[in-house]
Amino acid sequence: MSTQVETPATGEVDRPTRLRLYQLMVELRDFEQRAYELFLENLVRGTSHLALGQEAIAAGYAVAMRPDDYTFCTYRGHDHTLARGASMAAAMAELLGRGNGMLHGKGGSMHLTDVTHGAMGSYAIVGAHLPIAAGAAWSAQVRKSGQVAVCFFGDGTTNIGAFHEALNLAVVWKLPVVFVCENNQYMEYTPIRSVTAVEHPAADRASAYGLESILVDGNDADVMYEIARKTIGKARDGGGPSLVEALTYRHGGHSRADPASYRPVAEVADWLSRDPVKRYRERLLSGGIGESELKEIETRAQQKVDAATEEARNGALPPIDEVEREVWSDGGAAWRN
Amino acid sequence: MAELSFREAIAAGIAQEMARDPMVYFIGEDVGAAGGVFKATVGLFERFGPERVRDTPISEQAIIGAVMGAAMTGLRPIAEIMFSDFLATCWDMVANQVAKTRYMTDGQVSLPLVIRTANGGGTRFGAQHSQSLENWGMAVPGLKVVAPSNPADAKGLLAAAIRDPDPVLFFEQKSLYGIKGEVPDGEHVDRLGTASVLADGKDCTIVALAAMVPKAMQAAEKLQKMDIEASVIDVRSLVPLDTRTILGEVKRTGRLFTVEENPRLCGWGAEIASLVADECFDDLDGPIVRITTPHVPLPAADVLEDAAMPSVDRIVETVRKSMR
Repeated sequence: MSTQVETPATGEVDRPTRLRLYQLMVELRDFEQRAYELFLENLVRGTSHLALGQEAIAAGYAVAMRPDDYTFCTYRGHDHTLARGASMAAAMAELLGRGNGMLHGKGGSMHLTDVTHGAMGSYAIVGAHLPIAAGAAWSAQVRKSGQVAVCFFGDGTTNIGAFHEALNLAVVWKLPVVFVCENNQYMEYTPIRSVTAVEHPAADRASAYGLESILVDGNDADVMYEIARKTIGKARDGGGPSLVEALTYRHGGHSRADPASYRPVAEVADWLSRDPVKRYRERLLSGGIGESELKEIETRAQQKVDAATEEARNGALPPIDEVEREVWSDGGAAWRN
Repeated sequence: MAELSFREAIAAGIAQEMARDPMVYFIGEDVGAAGGVFKATVGLFERFGPERVRDTPISEQAIIGAVMGAAMTGLRPIAEIMFSDFLATCWDMVANQVAKTRYMTDGQVSLPLVIRTANGGGTRFGAQHSQSLENWGMAVPGLKVVAPSNPADAKGLLAAAIRDPDPVLFFEQKSLYGIKGEVPDGEHVDRLGTASVLADGKDCTIVALAAMVPKAMQAAEKLQKMDIEASVIDVRSLVPLDTRTILGEVKRTGRLFTVEENPRLCGWGAEIASLVADECFDDLDGPIVRITTPHVPLPAADVLEDAAMPSVDRIVETVRKSMR
């Protein structure tokens, strides 16, 4: 395979964009860290799939998107939803099962959605949202709205049928959609390389659909922002879909039940040394942005997460009649007269 | 009134809605220039063009995903799944995604879409192209389920399904495609969730759906010669279900028979039997009896398929023996 990692585009991203990328990554990091702590307090119910370590992908794409573009993501979707501008308090309250949650307690961690900000849903069955994102792109295409759909998914998704069905349809119909594989090296507990026919699960499949093979450093916010601009721009200009494989690593396990003890210590250490947030901070410092400015961003992010946590904790439990609301468009759940 | 075949009525229903609403799009396998393998969409491609009537690859997950993503972003799309049996290849999209997303997002997302599909037996296609799967859809909260029995209802209910703000599974019983019937001229839009009383007998109520409706009607005629007057209800829509009409008729006649093409276990008739037992037990003069296909995959040979599916004679015999 002639797959290559694209070289970092350092120096090309302007200062305000870089500060925005850093701010977003810090907010996402702090939110996920807080969600983890609230788990330990048994306040976050059910399950949750944290994206600690994968912030550069969410931030890079979100900053490059138009406000009316569509994001489709997975059950590991807190970052992607928040990155589009969704309320942090509403997200936290949803994790806590409160009535002031983003979905009024009916979706939970795996289904965060904020349509008003273009966050079109977090989908918890692997692969399902790739065809749905293609459908949103089809709608944008025929409405001539200029909108682009961006669809994020994990490496494990590349072995399910919906991945291939969606890619083929998107290419045949030349849809304005960008498929972004977040290759964090493990499907759940199993290394992706041990169950996949090719070395790079997404990039090595691109040629099967006539697409350029794109493999990038998913822990580099500048790289992600640049590839986002390129692929979204291509889609918006009528150039059709792209498939991007971003190499990354989740700092924790697959879900709250997983301590991730199956990962070699040296591998974890290696990836932690490439932590996208720390790495970007160093780059900004060496690029002339002052320590105090970064500190201020970090303090504001902490305050934002603290305020969101407080609002979520103070939220009332959802009213019980919520159970039979919104099955249908009339707001109810009636199936008979 | 014009006489149309069931398949012509389907095409007429789609055409009526596509002409009315530019947001109505239609996709599926071989639905374009080919007009569908059952020829139920002939003429739409020529009239509305390749953008609004679009062929897809054999990718049922992509088809349902596409109409879902389009419906949540402003279109009012129709998908064709060639045979209802193929719903099994995209049941995640139907049952997990289409059905649940409105609820899980507490109403942030609306999905005004229709999934049309050729359903049921009687065509000697064997067990993977003959299933009667309306009860699969009925079992999943968030899906409306419609199955017409005649050309007028096919057009009117399909138009209503397309205008409905929620996802509708629209089952077209494939042995009905060739039957003819009067269809109202001009715009024809029916109402989902309404059953029709087709015969008005006093002795018992026979409830049927889709291709079982004409069989129930023929059975009612034969029963009349045996001095048994049967009322016949065409359910038309399983979700929403017109329980008012069904319970009213059963209260009046005191007996209930269901005629179901689906295999025995968990057929839609079981739900109706349960409702009747719960809500008008004291009005019953005898046991509730379900007439179904036995709990087997449907066989292919003429004689075996005919023996498996409820027939006019089986309906007549079952009712007669039970009413003695």
